[in-house]
Amino acid sequence: MQVNEHKPLIVAFCCNWCSYAGADLAGNNRLNYPADVKIIRVPCSCRVNPMFILRAFQRGADGVIICGCHPGDCHYTSGNYYTRRRMAALFSMLDFLGIEKERTRVEWVSAAEGAKFAATMNDFVEKVTALGENKRLEDLRCKR
Amino acid sequence: MQRVGVFVCWCGSNIAGTVDVQAVSDALKNEPGVVFSTNYQYMCSQAGQDMIIDAVKEHNLTGIVVCSCSPRMHEATFRKTAAAAGINPYMVEIANIREQCSWVHKDIPTGTEKAIILGKAAVAKVNLNTPLTPGESPVTKRALVIGGGIAGIQTALDIADAGFPVDIVETKPTIGGKMAQLDKTFPTLDCAACILTPKMVDVAQNEKIRIFSYSEVSEIKGFVGNFDVTIKKNARYVKEDICTGCGACVEKCPMKKVPNEFNLGMDNRSAIYIPFAQAVPKVATIDPNSCNMLKNGKCGLCAKICAAGAIDYTQKDEYVNEKYGAIVVATGFNPISMDKFDEFAYNQSKDVITSLEFERLTNAAGPTAGHLERPSDGKSPKTIVFVQCVGSRCDSCAQKGKEYCSKICCMYTAKHAMLVRDKYPDTEVYVFYIDVRTPGKNFDEFYRRAVEEYGVKYVKGMVGKVTPQGDKLKVQASDLIDNKQLHIDADLVVLAAAIEPDKSARPLATMLTASMDTNDFFTEAHPKLRPVESPTAGVFLSGACQGPKDIPETVSQAGAAASKVIGLLAKDKLTGNPCVAHSNELMCNGCSSCERVCPYGAITYEDKEFRMPDRTTKIRRVALVNPAVCQGCGACTVACPSGAMDLNGFASNQIMAEVDAICK
Repeated sequence: MQVNEHKPLIVAFCCNWCSYAGADLAGNNRLNYPADVKIIRVPCSCRVNPMFILRAFQRGADGVIICGCHPGDCHYTSGNYYTRRRMAALFSMLDFLGIEKERTRVEWVSAAEGAKFAATMNDFVEKVTALGENKRLEDLRCKR
Repeated sequence: MQRVGVFVCWCGSNIAGTVDVQAVSDALKNEPGVVFSTNYQYMCSQAGQDMIIDAVKEHNLTGIVVCSCSPRMHEATFRKTAAAAGINPYMVEIANIREQCSWVHKDIPTGTEKAIILGKAAVAKVNLNTPLTPGESPVTKRALVIGGGIAGIQTALDIADAGFPVDIVETKPTIGGKMAQLDKTFPTLDCAACILTPKMVDVAQNEKIRIFSYSEVSEIKGFVGNFDVTIKKNARYVKEDICTGCGACVEKCPMKKVPNEFNLGMDNRSAIYIPFAQAVPKVATIDPNSCNMLKNGKCGLCAKICAAGAIDYTQKDEYVNEKYGAIVVATGFNPISMDKFDEFAYNQSKDVITSLEFERLTNAAGPTAGHLERPSDGKSPKTIVFVQCVGSRCDSCAQKGKEYCSKICCMYTAKHAMLVRDKYPDTEVYVFYIDVRTPGKNFDEFYRRAVEEYGVKYVKGMVGKVTPQGDKLKVQASDLIDNKQLHIDADLVVLAAAIEPDKSARPLATMLTASMDTNDFFTEAHPKLRPVESPTAGVFLSGACQGPKDIPETVSQAGAAASKVIGLLAKDKLTGNPCVAHSNELMCNGCSSCERVCPYGAITYEDKEFRMPDRTTKIRRVALVNPAVCQGCGACTVACPSGAMDLNGFASNQIMAEVDAICK
């Protein structure tokens, strides 16, 4: 198998009010992004438990991105601030474990930013593809 | 184990064009729990929905997965279908294979592969779904309006018109707010008092409306439909129900040198006062900071003169508890302080005034009885300079002013300039501006009249410095169009100060857990589609507390807020969103982590008795989520260190199952 043929597996957590709607808008406007991105809908980005991200990496995800409302615009007032803090801590720990910082990202995408959603996903997939397969958590990985 | 039915929609060619729908329904047939799988041209059509209902009955389905467009589009539709088929509406999951698959991927193999994975994730989730029933809570059919300006007045009148009781809480001794201080209103130049005071009287006479004047909200508990509010009635040392508002005490009061806040300190009032002749309620109030009787027990003249015997020097602050179904915030605005704007010499010269002070100066009920006189020497000014955008649109001076446009200044400055030229045609009037913004019905025509008919000199450019010199004010300014410096000897300088939300708004927002923007304006639930609702259920916004607004806009927003309140109060019971957090009390250790992150204050604690294995009982503190208050964000689920908190509809094991399905 050739290395450059690797198709990354990307899990995207999108908050229901902004980013999921932004992803829908990207669809409405037919803005292409790689099919490697699989979106999971959550009510708020602050619903994303670090456990979900660890699980994704354990199961072989190559990148995880969390999208929420812009700071100050959270539907639930302050949820995205929690996300920002929690993920800053988690991502630096993951980096320490060998999951490069480029494989994890928090991005603010509003319901009006379909173009930003597509651009973000294109960019993220490109960066993760360049890093190749995520093998660092292989030992800890759940049996398939 | 669930019995899941999978329904793949073609959406005409919207999905079927890029996704092999047959392959998707075939692939999902083998997923755990799936007993039935099919595809159809338009799942959302009546025929498609009937197909789902028939399949539920035929195969005894307990869960439904629809692979179709976004759940934001048709989740509600398919939930209704499920209910019609006799299963719980929350046993439906949607796999978004249109917006997030067929529309963004171009070739069939990729699209089909992704659609299958999204379908698998939805099946994995629905397998863990549990039937949910929305909770119900009763509605207290009474509304609270906080703020008694034109916004609060209009909202209260409209709610009362629909037959619901309303209470207005106003911090000042009278309702009326800023509009009561204005002279004329743009763009029609009708007098503010003539259109406001009849409304104030309507409020006073409306038996559905109670006014708590000279009062403030001190505590708010509860949630939509069931707010529990404590109102602090400040002691006014006059019995409100007895005072007739005759004003004899005001005349006799020997302490007559108190700056009159209604006239912005431009004249004096007595220690016992009625703010203005048309005040509602028309009741005297004793200012405890200047009354000799209250300060050192020497005087008591007002009590002697009062024929009704309404004076009560021993009155104490009183706390009133009341329940409300809805709360309308109408706290309004204030002009910003001019202290930081030294360049305009506001604190050095009495003849540099703000626009609101100018309103009082031209108001027939104001300190000069409407004669335009300089505050310093009473002479009539021959040259007046109006400066616009003082503190508004300050991107470089954000620490001094505001970044936003205050919206109303262009129009009221045009009004002021026009009024001056109308009454005193020999007065020269300059207006310095960055831009003149006149969007609004008949607004630009109004501004053009000021320039063309009334000869107001509009100069594009800002005033750099105002220096008092003798009895003149030397104004240095730039004219950007002629590209030259101007020096004007003015008699009066009027500053169009930026407006900011009232200072009481921030603590109120904290009490209400209503969100605010960085400028302390209340945030609306949706900037376009839900402009009068706060994101906090049951809290509505009226007037300038939400953003700078003129009177017509305020009144229309007040009416809109009232209609939302009426819609809420008309219900006997409120149906909640069942996708709320809940705590597993066996796992909860009462640590308060969840309570601290909850933006709604939905989590409380109670001491609960548990039976231990050795048959003893133990009392432990456990978290309790109020489902009527919880909005279901899930912040608490992640904050909970013991994993006791979970979210209905988005449970941890459900999301984990989706992750597993996607990463398989």
